[in-house]
Amino acid sequence: MSESSAGMLTRFRNMPNDSRAKTLMVALLLCLVCSVIVSTAAVTLKPLQIANAELDRKRNILQVAGLLRDDIGIEELFDNVEVRVVDLDSGEYSDAVDLRTYNQRQAARDPALSQALASDIDIAGIGRRAKYAIVYLVREAGAVKTIVLPVHGYGLWSTLYGFLALQGDARSVYGLQFYDHLETPGLGGEVDNPKWRALWNGKLVFDEQDQPRIEVVRGRVVPGPDAKYQVDGLAGATLTSVGVSNLVRFWLGEQGFGPYLAKVRGGM
Amino acid sequence: MSEAKDALFDPLVDNNPITLQILGICSALAVTTTLVASLIMCLAVIAVITLSNVSISMIRKDIPANIRIIVQMTVIASLVIVVDEILKAYAFETSKQLSVFVGLIITNCIVLGRAEAFAMKNPPGLSFLDGLGNGLGYSLVLIIVGATRELVGSGTLLGYEILRPVTEDGWYYTNGMMLLPPSAFFIIGLMIWAIRAWKPEQQEKPEYQIHQVHRMEKL
Repeated sequence: MSESSAGMLTRFRNMPNDSRAKTLMVALLLCLVCSVIVSTAAVTLKPLQIANAELDRKRNILQVAGLLRDDIGIEELFDNVEVRVVDLDSGEYSDAVDLRTYNQRQAARDPALSQALASDIDIAGIGRRAKYAIVYLVREAGAVKTIVLPVHGYGLWSTLYGFLALQGDARSVYGLQFYDHLETPGLGGEVDNPKWRALWNGKLVFDEQDQPRIEVVRGRVVPGPDAKYQVDGLAGATLTSVGVSNLVRFWLGEQGFGPYLAKVRGGM
Repeated sequence: MSEAKDALFDPLVDNNPITLQILGICSALAVTTTLVASLIMCLAVIAVITLSNVSISMIRKDIPANIRIIVQMTVIASLVIVVDEILKAYAFETSKQLSVFVGLIITNCIVLGRAEAFAMKNPPGLSFLDGLGNGLGYSLVLIIVGATRELVGSGTLLGYEILRPVTEDGWYYTNGMMLLPPSAFFIIGLMIWAIRAWKPEQQEKPEYQIHQVHRMEKL
């Protein structure tokens, strides 16, 4: 048996390289070998990559809430953060899903755990929205100091995933940060620029009627009565700026965390 | 023996893929804002180029000539994906920083160039040395560019503060242009100038010379 397979290999190798049979066989074998190597690497390294992504998500939550420190580990710092599930429709805290296993991204694809959005209300361009979301609360002496909300929406090339941190009054921004996007580095990718992110700090998100008012303007913010609701646009990245503006408004609105934040302001 | 030595050391200066062959410029501009990113990119490219050279050299006698480029690309692409996966698992922060540029090693002309020009005609051992040499030649330039850009642009090296910037109550005014891709063009350009002044045999002959034509007839 081994003799005949060795014989077959020799015969195969002795075929003229440019014959049709050998060309096809070489292509087929190469694809097989390469796909086995690539999938082995992808499968065996997956658990490590997921752990990294999880750690990175926690780091981002801590960073946007201003808690990140060099001297204390991320897991340890994260113990100070209160994690709650919110039912987006009612705005109440909920125990309907297990917050350790709940994945909002996956839930948004599951018809049982999400709802489709009509195109006129779907300003963030996300198609479906999960029914439950996980929020992160940082307390100081019992009172809520920061509320970190997961947000996402479409920019120019990609869906931007990030966190919006509001101050305890649920009206003003503490920080905004994206942890996953594929916008053009140097243009739309400037959403990661600390200088631009710092512009969000202290901006008001709701107007007097509690409607989302915050927006990213084109160019620079003109000083005036509206300036407290406005953030400078990113130069050369109008569509990403508009996308960020829309996604923040969407998640603060009726379809997003609007009902929940109204309850927080009411003293929940 | 000298053949092996040439394969390894020639690409460092005498036949450097970036400064002489002017290949792989795109990634050299993109990833050299910090020295750490440059170093990780160098390791990734060295890994891909040596492994691709060895594997292509091993099967070189069986590769049909009419599909050889796509065979080389498949091998290189698979290796790059494996390297990318490894980086995501073990160097997550840097892999985020390098983002698409690890994937773009697939289109790095140096890798395909060595596969086609060297590995297709030479045995695996020699191809390994050639890959290593070219990877090191690429790395040499990247490290110099990365170190210059990080030092002048942020006043740090490998994240450690060398020149105290004014923003931290120091004296050094950081040069923001160094953090933008065009600055790598200037640095690589100056390097090419310096190397060709040191080794005049690298200077190219002008392809075309404008001749003075004397017109005899009256207009």
